[in-house]
This record gives sequence, structure tokens and C-alpha cells, in this order.
Amino acid sequence: MRRSIIIEGDKSMDSTSTSDSGRKIDKPVGGDQNRPRASLAALFWTFLRIGAFTIGGGYVMVPLIQRDIVERRGWIGKRDFVDILAVSQTAPGPLAVNTSVYVGYTLRGIRGAMAAVVGCILPSIIIILVVAALFDQISSSNYVRAAFAGIRPAVVVLIASAAIKIGRPVVRSRVELALAAAAMILVAFVRVSPALVVTAAAVYGLLVGVGGTKG
Amino acid sequence: MILLNLYLSFAKVGLFTFGGGYAMLPLIESEIIHGRGWLTVREFTDIVAIAEVTPGPIAVNSATFVGYRLAGAVGGIVATLGVVTPSVIIVLALAMLASRFENSDRLARVKSGMRPAVVGLIAAAAFSVARVALVDSKSMMIAAAAAVLVFWAKLDPIVVLAISGLLGMLIFS
Repeated sequence: MRRSIIIEGDKSMDSTSTSDSGRKIDKPVGGDQNRPRASLAALFWTFLRIGAFTIGGGYVMVPLIQRDIVERRGWIGKRDFVDILAVSQTAPGPLAVNTSVYVGYTLRGIRGAMAAVVGCILPSIIIILVVAALFDQISSSNYVRAAFAGIRPAVVVLIASAAIKIGRPVVRSRVELALAAAAMILVAFVRVSPALVVTAAAVYGLLVGVGGTKG
Repeated sequence: MILLNLYLSFAKVGLFTFGGGYAMLPLIESEIIHGRGWLTVREFTDIVAIAEVTPGPIAVNSATFVGYRLAGAVGGIVATLGVVTPSVIIVLALAMLASRFENSDRLARVKSGMRPAVVGLIAAAAFSVARVALVDSKSMMIAAAAAVLVFWAKLDPIVVLAISGLLGMLIFS
């Protein structure tokens, strides 16, 4: 496992250096051409860091990606990130995996998707393999339980701050606010499936169109 | 043979789970416990507890753990590959489709409806975590401290997670 990743990392170095002469081959699949280009190694390490700290549910990844990939690295625009989240929540499978595949693909095509997804799941594979071997000591440790009881309330705040940050450029009219509120209530309190809510909102947008949000 | 079965069973779990996280648990229960008889309910409860206190998606954690129990480290990796394969294929297909119709007017309209809904979904996730996380005055205090760190001090989310974990150790143990 480790070995193949190192080889992949080396290849990415090669493709980065050759791509300077032949630019077109390596241009990003989607998004803004003016944004900084992500190397496969940088993509892998960024998602490794994100994967290692996705504690307390897949949604913790949203503020982590927002900070690392949208704000700090500037690889993806705010609006593009919202579109990626829409697809990630509609497709089956873990949100963290879906999001890393899409972000990786947008930045560096299929190889980017692979680098991102391997980076994202590698920390949990390694940690769970260690945990599985030491299962009893860890599950009965009071310190581990106490630390997690402290992390959970912070996770609420981090996810709420992500909703505000992501919402700011997207929710600007009354109709958009109403759509966001309806989606929140349906999922949080009526327990409708997120995939169904996103699909319904997509159909509504297609038929009616929502306040000037083009592109 | 066990490796192939592990791969296929977890691919099924990955393929039929929408909404991620806890939505995946009933399917793992029916497929892995009742369908295959690979785990007891008791072991499954332990896995969920472990998955909660370790990083990573709960589906990935469960797959690695079950695979390890049945066929060692290789089993863990095979089961994990199984659970992510459907996601990788489906999301790649959707991403290719979306990039092909990048400049389409219809896609712009679809996005105009989806974007506010996604914001609502993230807010909904905050509510569902709050339901299990904000249970007493101590947890409320930690949330308040985290809010100061996030909104006022503007610390990195990873730093906030680490500080609140330490706070938890001081307060709860």
C-alpha cells in the first residue's frame, strides 16, 4: 500500500515538470483556469491531513476542506465547492469519499481523484488496523472517551460555521433563504433523505430558476 | 474466496447507502451480521463505538475493522476498497458529465436550485450532531469556547478539534 503511494508520488513529480513544456495536457478539468495548479503530491498530502482529522462524522470534512482547499490553497472557488458538495450528497457512499473524489477530479482528472481518495481514507485504515489489534485497551480508556466528549460539541460549532461561510455567497435572496431553510427543516426535523432534498431542489431550479444565480 | 466476498459485500454497502454516516449502519447490520453472519450484534456495537472515536468515515472504519477481524490486514484493505469503489465510479461519472455540460444554461438552473439546498443540508448536519453532543452544561461550555475559537480567534478547525479534545480530557475524566 505505502509503496505504491510513493511510486505514485514520484510519477506526479515527473508529470509536473513535463507539464511546464506541454501545458494543455495537464490543465484542470473544471473550475477557474487562473487558480493555482495542484500537484498530485500536494493533493494527496492535503487530503491525508483532512482525513486524519475527520473526527465525529463526515460533515467535519466540510469546514476542513473549506479552510485548506478553498481558503488557504485557493484551488477551488467558493461556488464550485458548493456544487461539488451538492453532487457528493446526492451520490451514494460516504460524503468524505465522494467529496475527495470530486475535488481530486476537478483539479487533476482521474489521477487526482485517486490521489485524493487514497489520502482521505489512508489515516482511517491505518488507525483502525492499529485499534483492531489493541481493541480492548482503547475502547475502555477513559481518556479516549473524555477527549471525544470534548470534541463533539466543537464539531457542532465547526459545522455551523461552515454552513455560514458557504451560505454567504450562495444565499442572497429571499427565495434562496427559503430554499435553504426548507432543506434544513426537511432533513434535520422531518428526516427526509439528503439525496431526495438535493434532487427536488435541482428539479425546482431547472423548472423555475432561482434568483439570478447563473453559472 | 473470503476476500472476494468481503469486497462484494462492502461494495453493496457502499452502493446502497445514501446520506452517508449513520445511514450506513442498518445496511451493514443486515448485510454483515444477519446476511453473512460475520459479526455478532455485540461486536458490531463495539465497532460503532470505535468508529466514533477515530478519524474517518464510519463506513470506511467499519469496513476496515470487519475485514481485519475476518482476514487480517489484507482483509481490512480489501473490504475498505469494496466500500469506496461504488462512490469512486459514480462520482467520477457525475463529475465527467457535469464538466461536459459546463456552459449549459439548464445546468446553471439546476445548480441555482441545488446550492441553497446544500447550505440547508450542512446546517441540518449541525443540528443532528448537536442533538447528541450538546447534552449538559459542560458540553454547552465547550461549544461556547469552540465558538470563541472559531468565530473570534479564527483558529484552524484542526487546532479547534485538538483544543476541545484536551478540554474534554480535563473536564470529563
